[in-house]
Amino acid sequence: MIETTPQKRGVPLWVQIVIWVFLVGLLALVGVILGKRQQGTVQPGDAIPDFTLPLFSGYEYEGKSEVKLSDFEGKLVVLNFWASWCKPCEQEAAELEEAWKFYEPGGEVIFLGVDYVDTEPEARAYLKKFGITFFNGPDMGTKISQLFRIRGVPETYFIDQNGALYYVKIGPFLSVDEIKSIIDQKLQ
Amino acid sequence: MNKRKLQITNYGVLAFALALLLAGLFAGSAFAQDNTPTDDEVNVIAKQLYCPVCENTPLDVCPTEACRQWRELIRSQLAEGMTEDQIKQYFVDNYGARVLAEPPRTGLNWLVYLLPPAIILLGAFFLFRSFREWTKPKVEATGVGGERGETSSLKKDDYVARLEEELKKRK
Repeated sequence: MIETTPQKRGVPLWVQIVIWVFLVGLLALVGVILGKRQQGTVQPGDAIPDFTLPLFSGYEYEGKSEVKLSDFEGKLVVLNFWASWCKPCEQEAAELEEAWKFYEPGGEVIFLGVDYVDTEPEARAYLKKFGITFFNGPDMGTKISQLFRIRGVPETYFIDQNGALYYVKIGPFLSVDEIKSIIDQKLQ
Repeated sequence: MNKRKLQITNYGVLAFALALLLAGLFAGSAFAQDNTPTDDEVNVIAKQLYCPVCENTPLDVCPTEACRQWRELIRSQLAEGMTEDQIKQYFVDNYGARVLAEPPRTGLNWLVYLLPPAIILLGAFFLFRSFREWTKPKVEATGVGGERGETSSLKKDDYVARLEEELKKRK
């Protein structure tokens, strides 16, 4: 009897499509970002892309104030992330230097220290305190640490003669022998 | 004798006044040289920066050793005469753009600025539409009862007229 005229006043189809596409895109973006964050550090077997490390004065490599990973092709690279404010880094500083002194004459192994979010005066004081002589420089813009997706310091990455990562050490080394055993498995 | 004594006393007073004047001058210059920035001046910049190590902690309240070093760095940079923008740029160059409390308006960072207002506007729009829909169908579907206002009474009249016409036809 009573005539009702239900008027459909829904959102236009194109607006619905735009909103859904936008929402799905946003979710995908959040998923990608979260996925990257959960990924963890680079894994053994991964090829390491080239990067540039500026060096502190007094810690230059063959007179160069910055080095690239590709400069060390054919050599085994021990890449150590550290910071002057990092107490566990102090536990392994002497061991790393001792290992460097052991391999330096052979020329087959390169030790690179990457100073993570630090201030230069404190970093220099740290290097001096522990008598560190291997090549060291700041991680400008945290680019290198982001490349390796480090989770903290100290972390050490062992890159073989072909530029591929073969071992990751999270936390400080307990002894020089531990460092040597990781290096020697690729030198033999 | 007394005259001479008086003269000596006068010289003494003069020397004392001169010494005071000089002391004041030196003290003044020493005070002017002390341009070490205060904690408040440091914190004006520090609170615009975030600690990259301990996430989500502004640099001015971060208790870690790293943050203390960075606050001291800001202090020394201010003492060197660096501007706020120069100091922030130094931190971005050294530690990356993520140290900024306010992300730079570039690339995907624009989402941070555009998305929240866009979502609020969209929400307001849908809320408005929903309210309108919740009220309108009531007016149209209820028909005879409950209308208010001029439009509803016109519709009622129209409906009554049609009803009367229908009744007349049946008679």
